Amino acid sequence: MHSNGGVLLKVEGIALAFGGVKALADVSFDIRKGEVRAIIGPNGAGKSSMLNVINGFYRPHAGSITYKGRTVRHMRPHQAAKAGIARTFQNIALFKGMTTLDNIMTGRLLKMRGNFLLDALYVGPARREETAHRAVVEQIIDFLEIQAIRKVPVGRLPYGLQKRVELGRALAAEPDLLLLDEPMAGMNFEEKEDMSRFILDVNEEFGTTIALIEHDMGVVMDISSRIVVLDYGRKIADGTPDEVRRDQAVIDAYLGVAHDGGKGA
Amino acid sequence: MGSAARIGGERGDGCGADPHGSAPDAAGLGGLDTIPKLLLHHAKVRPNRPAMREKRLGIWRCWTWREVVGEVRRIASALSALGLERGDRLAVIGDNRPLLYWSMVAAQALGAVPVPLYQDAGAGEIADALACTEARFVVAEEQEQVDKVIEIRERCPRLEQVLYTDPRGLRTYRQPFLHELFAADGRGPEECSLDAASFVAEIARGSGSGPAGIYFTSGTSGPPRAVVLSFDNVLATSRAVIAFEGLTEREDVLAYLPMAWIGDHMVSVGLAYCAGFCVNCPESPATVMADLREVGPTFFFAPPRIWDNIRSTVTLRMEDAGALKRRLYGSFMRLAARAGRRILDAEHVGPDARLRYRFGERLVYGPLKNALGMSRVRLAYTSGEAISPGTFDFIRSLGINLKQIYGSTEGSLFVTVQSDREASAGTVGRPLPGVDLEIGAEGEVLFRGAGGFQEYCKDPAASLAAKAADGWIQSGDAGFIDGHGGLHIVDRAEEAGRLADGTVFAPMQIENRFRAVGPIREIVVFGRGRDYVAAFATIDAGRVGNWAERRGLAYTNYRELAQRPEVLDLVRETIEAINRELAQDATLAGAQVRRFLILQKEFDPDDGELTRTRKLRRRFIAEKYAALVDMLYAGEMAGEVDAPVAGKDGGITMLRTRFTIGEAKVLRATQGGAGTMRQEVAAPA
Repeated sequence: MHSNGGVLLKVEGIALAFGGVKALADVSFDIRKGEVRAIIGPNGAGKSSMLNVINGFYRPHAGSITYKGRTVRHMRPHQAAKAGIARTFQNIALFKGMTTLDNIMTGRLLKMRGNFLLDALYVGPARREETAHRAVVEQIIDFLEIQAIRKVPVGRLPYGLQKRVELGRALAAEPDLLLLDEPMAGMNFEEKEDMSRFILDVNEEFGTTIALIEHDMGVVMDISSRIVVLDYGRKIADGTPDEVRRDQAVIDAYLGVAHDGGKGA
Repeated sequence: MGSAARIGGERGDGCGADPHGSAPDAAGLGGLDTIPKLLLHHAKVRPNRPAMREKRLGIWRCWTWREVVGEVRRIASALSALGLERGDRLAVIGDNRPLLYWSMVAAQALGAVPVPLYQDAGAGEIADALACTEARFVVAEEQEQVDKVIEIRERCPRLEQVLYTDPRGLRTYRQPFLHELFAADGRGPEECSLDAASFVAEIARGSGSGPAGIYFTSGTSGPPRAVVLSFDNVLATSRAVIAFEGLTEREDVLAYLPMAWIGDHMVSVGLAYCAGFCVNCPESPATVMADLREVGPTFFFAPPRIWDNIRSTVTLRMEDAGALKRRLYGSFMRLAARAGRRILDAEHVGPDARLRYRFGERLVYGPLKNALGMSRVRLAYTSGEAISPGTFDFIRSLGINLKQIYGSTEGSLFVTVQSDREASAGTVGRPLPGVDLEIGAEGEVLFRGAGGFQEYCKDPAASLAAKAADGWIQSGDAGFIDGHGGLHIVDRAEEAGRLADGTVFAPMQIENRFRAVGPIREIVVFGRGRDYVAAFATIDAGRVGNWAERRGLAYTNYRELAQRPEVLDLVRETIEAINRELAQDATLAGAQVRRFLILQKEFDPDDGELTRTRKLRRRFIAEKYAALVDMLYAGEMAGEVDAPVAGKDGGITMLRTRFTIGEAKVLRATQGGAGTMRQEVAAPA
């Protein structure tokens, strides 16, 4: 992991509520450049809400976000995307009727300059641009080892592969910060192993900073540099996998001393 | 060539410019008796013909013979700089990639001996192979292989340098013995320490009697053995095949079989370097079928299991097709079964059937062959083990010239070949010109020819036992030669036996009839010294799953599917149908399957049940599942046994599993009396 210490993103005192339900309360942590940062916690702890705040889907009621040195109260989704934040979703959000190739190509959208007339005629620069984007997409297809499904409509793919395609689309934006919302939910052991390897490879090969939410503790402990633990919308621990593993508050939250949080599955 | 997409193709002069100076002169090499010398020869004679293609990042790339010389010289420079010396062994592990093929040729150019290994072998198997061949160098494709080699490095004291071709995931590895092997293209004119003249000089030092490579046998009945073949072995055999089949520089082949298998080596290196044709490497193992369609090979080589797969895929797809298509397909396939094979064999077929077959070619066979990527196939081989007659006839009836060859790693793959009009599932053909064939005292097939191997690596005792001083090699297979000179293989000599009542029992013959038929994927029969024949079956999960879904039968995994009583009935019906066929064959009538059970898992080479080339390891299976074999011969109809089941974590756990025995009807032989096999084969009792 290529963590070089510089802070890429910092959230401070984030609070978010839906009606009377407090989803997040005074959450602060940072993500360093080049690290794999995990956010874990029992169901309803506010993990997805946190990701949604980072990439601008939710507007926090209090607190600030500092990304690449610029502090704002709230970033709009398109601003976040332009600034190099890409994400995948807990329940896959792909275009089911389109092929793997086309889905990943949509991830290039922000990078396309485009001229309506030239694009429509598919001549000159439009053609060259398409070829250049296709080359990037082919690199990603090769990277994720999905050559065999290049031309298959995504809706026909098994779940594990759809997750991989979604990761591919996020990578196509060449992000600086990649947010992964439960990239391994619903996968079998082998698929999880593959996905872990891809995540580490993305981090290593492209130097992409990764923030991920994951339930499988084994996976989280194996691949993350640092972990934030949320419970009932509050941060209860923050540190390396070893520190978090030994933390009494974390053990309590996961074993359900104070409440029935389940084991987080 | 139908509408199969053409790719790459010939390049005009100038496109194939060699970035490392013009191709070295092949003159003064003293005969084309090694692979590297042939490489120089092709670079001179056909510099701009395509030699190698690979689909990378969605695009087929092409290297001409002249460009290949440049690539091989670069790799040879790198290897030489790392200290590879004449006589060293260099192991190669990975999928079929141009860089790996070129590494082998580069090693040969420097007088070192390449040792291709199976890419899906575990670390332990690789350690054994490296230790046995005393390899000093390893060229691995990617991280997975490198990890295995690092893991076992301590156990291989001779191993010094490890090179890899794909740096992905390896950037943080800091081991001093690890090096990246670059492809020349797109990396600029990097310094090539080995100049063209010394490269040619190194190649000129090689001679035909020197070792070309070390290849592992599949090891159906014991651990794999390392077979040393000389250039003379490989080249003489290749040239005989080229002459026999009329292969030219215009062939296209797809390199998709494991590089460690002698079958791939003979086609993708031996034949390709002798004939000068083009070898196409698929994009990934998962895309082989699509790549096949894009390449449209003219010469296609596959073991029986691939042909079985093709047949069952086609059948399965047709079951899901619309009613009209199904009827068209059904009726034309019946016509093909009647007339197609006869037309291919140039036998007499009535004008009516001939006309209808031609119509069918337009409507069904042609489009089907095109979908399979077989439109341009002029020559197709099957080898490695016996093919099931049903599959063989199916493929030939489509007009694909599929032929059986018989041979072994020890015989440079080719011992016998079927000629174009004599192809049948029964025989494996007549000896290749230049090969002598004989049946030994025990019914064992013996052969002698230019392809006969040098020795087993580090095992002089086994070498002496297998190869006599006068060059005759014991194949280990039991067989006989029919009246027309065609060789028939019965089974491995040590597997053939008799039932308790004296009936000849050749498991392979029986298993062939069942393999890939209906719901059955594999079958293993037992019976030596027993009262009757009993079998383990594994089911074709795709087909049976499809069938179960249509009937609304619930299942979640292979194990549950295999345990459904409906599936047992389905398998029973299939076995009974084949028993009826067996009853009509005098030699096999006594060996009909009486009792069987369906295994709870499929056979897997990682569990030792199959060889790396996917052949059954019958003896291993009998030992591993001894409790189940006992059940088949005990009276009960069901029982519980601890059986290995693939666990969630990918490992194997023992799970108490209930097995139900199926009993199949056995028919009386329709033609009584002793069969031909009984007279002609002296099977060991």
